[in-house]
This record gives sequence, C-alpha cells and structure tokens, in this order.
Amino acid sequence: MLQLTGVIPAIPFFSFLLLAVFGPRMARKALSFIGVGSIAASTIISAIVTAAFIPGPPSGWAYDQVIWRWISVSSFQADIGFYLDALSVVMVLVITFVAFLIHLYSTEYMEGDEGYSRFFAYMNLFVASMVTLVLADNLLLLYLGWEGVGLCSYLLIGFWYTDPANGRAARKAFIVTRVGDTSMVIGLFLIFQRLGTLNIQDLMHRAAQQWPVGAAVAIAAAALLLGGAVGKSAQLPLQTWLPDAMAGPTPTSALIHAATMVTAGVYLIARTHVLFSLAPPVMLAVAVIGAATLLLAGCSALTQRDIKRVLAYSTISQIGYMFLALGVGAWSAAIFHFMTHAFFKALLFLAAGAVIQAQHEEHDIFKMGGLRRMIPITFWAFLISGCALAGLPIITAGFYSKGMILWGAWSSPQGAPALWIAGLVGVLLTSLYIFRVIFVAFFGEAQIPVEHPPRLAKNLPMIVLSVLSIAAGWLNLPPYLGNKLWLDDLLHTSLPALAEKPVGWLTEGWSEGSITAAFVLGLFLAYELYLRHRDATRPLTENALGRAIHEFWYADWGFDFLYDKLFVAPVVWFAQVDKRDFIDKFYDGLAGLSRACYRALSATESGRMRWYAASIVGGTVVFIFIVLIL
Amino acid sequence: MRMPTIPMQHGLLLAGILFALGTIGLLVRRNLVFTLMSIEIMLNAAGLAFIAAGAHWVQADGQVMFLFILALAASEVSVGLALLLRLYHQHGVLDTDSASEMRG
Repeated sequence: MLQLTGVIPAIPFFSFLLLAVFGPRMARKALSFIGVGSIAASTIISAIVTAAFIPGPPSGWAYDQVIWRWISVSSFQADIGFYLDALSVVMVLVITFVAFLIHLYSTEYMEGDEGYSRFFAYMNLFVASMVTLVLADNLLLLYLGWEGVGLCSYLLIGFWYTDPANGRAARKAFIVTRVGDTSMVIGLFLIFQRLGTLNIQDLMHRAAQQWPVGAAVAIAAAALLLGGAVGKSAQLPLQTWLPDAMAGPTPTSALIHAATMVTAGVYLIARTHVLFSLAPPVMLAVAVIGAATLLLAGCSALTQRDIKRVLAYSTISQIGYMFLALGVGAWSAAIFHFMTHAFFKALLFLAAGAVIQAQHEEHDIFKMGGLRRMIPITFWAFLISGCALAGLPIITAGFYSKGMILWGAWSSPQGAPALWIAGLVGVLLTSLYIFRVIFVAFFGEAQIPVEHPPRLAKNLPMIVLSVLSIAAGWLNLPPYLGNKLWLDDLLHTSLPALAEKPVGWLTEGWSEGSITAAFVLGLFLAYELYLRHRDATRPLTENALGRAIHEFWYADWGFDFLYDKLFVAPVVWFAQVDKRDFIDKFYDGLAGLSRACYRALSATESGRMRWYAASIVGGTVVFIFIVLIL
Repeated sequence: MRMPTIPMQHGLLLAGILFALGTIGLLVRRNLVFTLMSIEIMLNAAGLAFIAAGAHWVQADGQVMFLFILALAASEVSVGLALLLRLYHQHGVLDTDSASEMRG
C-alpha cells in the first residue's frame, strides 16, 4: 500500500492541469467535483497509506519511493523521490485532510465569484506543491515544493487582482519570502559542496559523521536553512508579509497562511534536525526567535481591529511556539502543535470567513456584535477554536500541545526559565486577544444584519474541525492523565526524543497549572475590559504613552516603517537614479529625434491637394536644378 | 512643297509656357473643375513638346507618344469627373480644400 505515496501529490497536480486548461469552459458543478474531489481522493489515499504505515511499519520506520531520476549531472543526482516516515505521514495526513475540508468550504464561500475555476486550480496546485514539499526525499525536490507553495501563495493573495492593494500585498509576500529562500538555496549549495548529496537522510548521516558538534560549517548550513524557514514561517525579522497576506480570499488564509504553508519552515527544521543539533548556537537562535516572535505578534494581535489581521498575528505567534519547541529540541512537541494549530487555526479562519460574508464583507470587529445568536454554529466553532488557541485546559487540543512545548522549554538541556516565561506570557496574551475578538464580535448588541448565513458546505467543515480541535489533544495525554503519548511515540521513530535534564522545582503538572492560570487571567481580563465594561480600554489609549504603544503595536512594532526606510526607499532611489543615467541619454535622444521628424512630417499632411501639388512641383524643380546645374 | 518649318525651340518654348500656366493654375485654383483643366493643359503641353521634338527629328515616335497621352488624358478626365461629382454630392461645393478633413 505504501507504493501509493507518489499518487498523493499527483492527483491534485493533474486536476490543477485539468482546471487550468478546461476550467473556464466547465460548469460550476463539474468544477466543484474536480476541485474538491481530487483533494478528497488524495486524502483517502493518504489515509490508506497512514493506515498501512502505522500498524505494519517498513523496516527502520521509513519507506523511500523513487519515481524517476530527475537530474543527473556528473556527481550531482536528484530524484523525484518520496520519503515516508512518521513525520511525513503525520504531516501529509493533516495537510490533505484540512485541505479537503477547506476546499469543501470554498465551494460555498466562492460560489458567487467569477474566478471560481481559477481559484480551485490554484488551490489544487498548492496542495500538490505542499505534499511534494513534505514528502520529498531530497532538498532539491523539497525546494521545488517550497517555491511551488510560494507561487500559489502569491497567486492567491493577489487573487482579486483588480484592486492594486491586493497586488501590492502579493508582491510583498513574494519578495519578503524570497529573502529567506535565497538564504535557503545558498544553504543547499553549501550542503551539497561539503557533503556531496542533497538526499536528506544521506546528508544528515554524513553530517553527523563528518562534522563535530558546533563546527563552523554546520552552524553556517543550519543558519542558512533557518533563514529560509524564518521567511516562509513569517518569524522575526521576516514576519511583515503575513498580515498583509490576508488580502486573499479567506479559505486561502485558512489553508495557506494558517494551517499548512507557513508551517513549512517548522517542517524544514524538523526534517533536517540533525544539522540543527550539530549547531547549538543556531538552536538557541531558533528558540529565541520563536519566543520573541510569539510575544511581539501577541502584542500586535491585541491592537488589531480587522478580524483577519488578529488571526494573522495569532498565526505568527503560534508558529513562534513551534520554533520555540524546535529550538529547545522538543521536536515532536513542535509537530504536535503544528497539527493542533492546523485544526484550530483553520477553523478560526473558516469561522471568520463565515462571519465576514454574513456581515457584508465587514472586517472590523468593532462594527460587528451580537453574532452569537444569529449564526450559532459559527459562534460555537469560533469559540471552540478560540479556546483551543488560547489553551482551555483539559478539554481542548491547544492546551496539550502548548503544555508539551512549555514543558520542553523548561526541562530540556537547551531550555531556559526565560523561554518558559515568554511562552507563559504568550498564553496570557493569546487568551486576551482571542477572547477580545469573541466578546466584541459575538456578544453585545447586533449592529449589522446577517445576510448569507452559512449553509451545509460551510458548516460541515466547521463542525468537523471543531471536533478535531478538541479531540486532537487526546493523541498525547500527559503523565497526569494516563500518559498515553501515542503521537509522541509515533514521531519518535523519526525524531529524537526530548532530552530531559534534572528539573528544578517545577514539575510538568505545575507547568500546565501555570498555563491554566495564564489562560484564566487572560479570559478574565478580556471579560472585564471588553464584555462587562465595553469602554474600559478607552482610558488606556487616551493618554499619550498608551496611544503611542497602541499605535506602535498596531503597526507591527514599526517593522514595516523600518524596512521601508532601510530597504525599500534606497532601492527605489537607486532605481530612480539608474533610470536617468547617461547611457540612456543617447537612446532618449534618438527617440526624441525620430519623434521630432515624425511631428514635422505629419504637419505636412494637411489634406490640401494644392499643397501636395506644390510640394511635387517644388521637389521636381529642386531635382532638375540639382541634375542640370550641379 | 515644304511647309515653312517652325523651329523646334519655338514649339518647346510654347510647351514650356503652357506647362507653367497649367502648373500655376493647378496651384492657385481651388475649384476642382479648374484643377482638372489645369492638369489637361499640363498634359497637352507635354504632348506638344513630344510633337515638336518628333517633327524636328522627323520621327513618328513623338506622335505615337501624343496618342498615348491623349488616351491617358481621357481616362484621367473620366476618373476626375467622377471624383468631382462625388465631391459635389458630399460637400455641395467644388472646393478641393473642403475635402481636407481626412488629412490624407
């Protein structure tokens, strides 16, 4: 059954080709059938592969399927090959399943849009690229998928291309991630030059043999790959593109900019974990980047008014948690959080999309209100996913995955109390900003009448994801709840387990208790500030300092401003100067001369016959004069 | 008996004067009828030059060329008159400058 692996990315790819070529001439029903059906087929096949893999794993818990040799130039070989182990099995199953639900949701969300076939073509191509990225057995094929998802992200952010702002957002996302991608591709060159292979398992094997821990080349390679991961996963300092990426249709935000693509950086680091283990300074950098990002993005999320931008900063912040987990060597905790995050964040976006369509495309939460009674299923979906995001104890999945990460941040040898505290403050911020949205948008007085209440195709994915946002946590029950770490045990067949050091005074139970306390505090603050007294935050923003901080956080800590001044303005200035350089003067002159000649000649075309006759006569006289006299 | 011959120079001079008159008429008159007439005069001036030269060299070629010019003039006048009628229908006047709106 494992031979079916290669089919998983192939189906969406071929359906993309079908939709791209014949889509505009097909009926809506046929489009939906192909667009959603292809992902459903992929999901079924990945479920079959998973069902075959877990009970009867191949030797070494890994299966490599080489479809054909892609490139062979002297010593450089790259295959179209798919590598199946516990990590990629979990990733592929989650990606295809969430993608299927979001495609189903999109049939209703996009039903009135004229770009229906284009949308599904892009989305199918995205799923094909993402699955290729995850299954690739070498870094070159992984890079192909990496760029493929980047392309689809660009196309879908700028999906409504008639608005120039959407085009700008798309270009910004593409260019900013390109900075990281360049770093990554240099990393690939370095790895190939030093290790002679790009096959991931081979290169990790050789690196472990050839490079001592802390070797300069290992640090360089890991740091360059980290650059790629930071760009793709919107971490500090390349996080600025993700909030603007919300210009795309909401299902796109759910699939690409929340559940799957932005976690590709997390996957890359987990996939090449041996390289990172050989470079302790880079590991520390990953953890610090994660901790800093989760705090900064959490603060920014507190100040946003646009419901999708709150969720975008929340995504940045949650991926910060995953980076924190990776940085302290809690590999499986990061993947666990990836999975729970994929469920609850996709659900948050789907619910937000339903809210936005029900409210006449209104994004501002302060213009909404009272949605709790009007669209109850959406409300419950948003509430459940919000609780999962904030980490409602025991019940929701987010609590378990965050608990594992925080425990890793404390107990791992690379961990530190400061990282643990950052994560805990992050829980408080998360709880505060998500309940702010819930209380402001769903409670209180109704402000905008509801139109287009969600129907079955929207509700069904939301219900399924609501169940998963709760149940996914039970895959990893911590010691005080029976110690059934199914997912953790599975992932440890391909990722090393967390190395625990002698812990201090804090036990895992107390760590989780602290999360509970932070969650409750955030919930209480949100209740006091946004539900009980609706204007309670006004005094905070009325004094100068409060307003300055609010604006600073609202503008993403001034990163956009800084990058505008530091990078964009000089490049634009240089382009302006370059446009007017002296070489162009000659060509400009040539163009000016021919334009002047054209003007002079066209002036002679007056339409007066006598003028033409006179020209002929004059010309003849001149020629006769030349012939006779000269 | 031999007819008293007119010197070729006289014939050519007359042809030149006629051609110049025709050209001036073409350049100064705006009425299409006069334009056509001027062109006729120019053609006939050219024909006269051929005749004079043919008589001088005692060659029939000059008269042959004049026949060609006559045929040409006839066809030119038929086309020209057709254009004249169209112009009159279109603009109600025979002013050639009135047909300058296409600047062609």
